[in-house]
Amino acid sequence: MSEEPIKKVSIICAKGGLDEIYPSLIMANGARMDGIEANIFFTFFGLNAVLKKMVKNLTLSTVGNSALNLAMPMLKMPITMPFPTLLGAIPGVSNFASWLMKREMEKLDVPPVDEFLEMISDTGAGIYACKLAMDMFKVEKDDLVDEVEEVLTVGQFYEKAAGGPIIFT
Amino acid sequence: MAELTIAGKTVEVTEDGFLVNPDDWTKEMAPELAKTEGIEELNEMHWKVIDFMRADYKEKGQIPTIRRMKNAGGIPIKELYNLFPQGPAKKAAKAAGLGKPQGCI
Repeated sequence: MSEEPIKKVSIICAKGGLDEIYPSLIMANGARMDGIEANIFFTFFGLNAVLKKMVKNLTLSTVGNSALNLAMPMLKMPITMPFPTLLGAIPGVSNFASWLMKREMEKLDVPPVDEFLEMISDTGAGIYACKLAMDMFKVEKDDLVDEVEEVLTVGQFYEKAAGGPIIFT
Repeated sequence: MAELTIAGKTVEVTEDGFLVNPDDWTKEMAPELAKTEGIEELNEMHWKVIDFMRADYKEKGQIPTIRRMKNAGGIPIKELYNLFPQGPAKKAAKAAGLGKPQGCI
């Protein structure tokens, strides 16, 4: 291969559902496992992933999630069967779906979000939160899990990302 | 597949230099395998990782993930990255004579 290998990657996590956070975490961790430098920047609803009060309570949305058919085999249903949005709105259904997803992740040795953040931080990756989003949601640095290294402005994030691609999830 | 002589023993290796058959591995090979990954000397902690990986592989039939090395092996992740910089799972698996780890985690 003549292509230059990737040396560094910066990932922006802007959404805060369980299914929306995992891709960022898996990609950042996977980068570090291959010796690639990695940063994750949590912004807007992605802040949910690093809120002390939410990190153990993240959920998968069962309303308006048109690809939920993929999870139907977990309920012994065909993979093509759509999950009815009205059913998803019933209290407890989202929690049940989240529990199911966490259980499947655990089977694959994918850690819960709080443990995953700790692991990623220990790999030497940078975990950051967005200042603007924090101001908007009235979140203080103390409200964030200890793994968050710094609160950054957009400009500071670009500085940290220098020299490598940025992935927005 | 290629053949390579490591610590006086000729074994089959993959094109990335991983042992094809974990049973071919001997303790004497580990330092040479580690050197191919830029690790000059194996200390006590390196051996703790290698021994755990070998034992866990024997028991479970698969190469332990980094999470498993932390939770079941008691090896802190920071330590793993210090011992085997730039890709601990792969480097440690190579030194331990195991195949290339295939998982995403």
